Amino acid sequence: MIAIIDYGLGNLNAFANMMKDIGAPHQITGDAAVIAQASHLILPGVGHFDRAMSQLADSGLMPILNERVIQQRVPVLGICVGMQMLADRSEEGSLPGLGWIGGDVARFPDQVNDQSLPVPHMGWNDVTPVADAPLFSTVPDDPRFYFLHSYYFRCANPADIMATCEYGIRFSCAVGRGNVFGVQFHPEKSHGWGRALLADFAGFNG
Amino acid sequence: MLHPRIIPVLLVHKGGLFKTRQFADPVYVGDPINAVRIFNEKEVDELMVVDIDATTEGREPDYALIAGLAAECRMPMTYGGGVTRPAQVERITSLGVEKVAISSAALADPSLLQQASASVGAQSLAAVLDVRRSGDDWQLFTHNGTRATGLMVADAARRMVAAGAGEIVVNNIDLDGEMTGYDLDLARHVRNAVAVPLTILGGAGKREHITDLFSAVGIVGAAAGSMFVFKGSLRAVLITYPDRARKDQMALAANRR
Repeated sequence: MIAIIDYGLGNLNAFANMMKDIGAPHQITGDAAVIAQASHLILPGVGHFDRAMSQLADSGLMPILNERVIQQRVPVLGICVGMQMLADRSEEGSLPGLGWIGGDVARFPDQVNDQSLPVPHMGWNDVTPVADAPLFSTVPDDPRFYFLHSYYFRCANPADIMATCEYGIRFSCAVGRGNVFGVQFHPEKSHGWGRALLADFAGFNG
Repeated sequence: MLHPRIIPVLLVHKGGLFKTRQFADPVYVGDPINAVRIFNEKEVDELMVVDIDATTEGREPDYALIAGLAAECRMPMTYGGGVTRPAQVERITSLGVEKVAISSAALADPSLLQQASASVGAQSLAAVLDVRRSGDDWQLFTHNGTRATGLMVADAARRMVAAGAGEIVVNNIDLDGEMTGYDLDLARHVRNAVAVPLTILGGAGKREHITDLFSAVGIVGAAAGSMFVFKGSLRAVLITYPDRARKDQMALAANRR
């Protein structure tokens, strides 16, 4: 069963609908006992980094999440700000991140090569996965996904980069380290490409 | 490469979908959830849903309808209509809506955008500017186009961005439902005024109008109501949307600039 973590943020129903469509058993939950039984975890997130971190802390779910992800190595997928939360820290706030994948989160520059860069990065962009990227095995070639963000993940370890995207600069739009994955784009709102990526995650067994 | 966005706009009125002409004469075009399903199949870039009754009736947004639409949508959705308080913005985004459209009436009290931006982030706030041509400029109107503000569009756009909007949507009321082409001068004018993502609404009637817009201002959102719900000179109701190959061809105009 895939637990879609409910700590008060993110589009939980859209993930549930996608999982229903894929045929993967799933549950929207903020209950530690249910999370303890889950085979996979989805960590959504929207909005301000500190607000997401403090809301997750307030939910009381941090201990069970750390236990499941770090000790029991259950696959987890952070999405949008949920991906940024995997990092050590973010320029957007002062609270520490989960630190599950080494790196930090930075804001897009306002200008690149003397050209102004509209921020947020909003819309459909081409995504380039690295060879054999785990969550892209059934995603069709030349994938594009929907992005809506002003901050991006900077991996401390280049081996953790799973896919990149170009917007003014080339940045890591998908990261993965062992059982921990994060995507900056919204697979739940990215038509067939997103559905394939979520199906790959649902089928990931390490 | 970032692709320009082609965005159908759906107007909710009395629980159904309607399309207006110059903000009047609503024509019934179908059921909202059914329309979202059709747009899912057509792999639409983004969808904008505006409740045109909420503000005029002075009521809360219809949260049950919004939740139903958001859960059905496999593409990002922007909701607008009747949003006057930060708590409403939080509630709507928590229902699974990517962006909330704030009317230019918010300029009367910029704290709405400021507070909403602090909680949900600027990327989830789209400011909608309804304008009409006024001499060599465009004047901002509120309350479904009935109230002139005396404020000009570039100034209004800059104020909205300063208050916390992450996207500007400019809607030319005079061209609403006319299907005669976008106001490209207006698009250029606002593009030069602000650096956030921009969406233009009002006037699109055929694909060439959208490529004209991309040629004029590059990667922006091209929004349209009538074009995606009416077919032919008799305006028969039929939901259409360009397929991926056609869309990619249209997007070339944005990169040829």
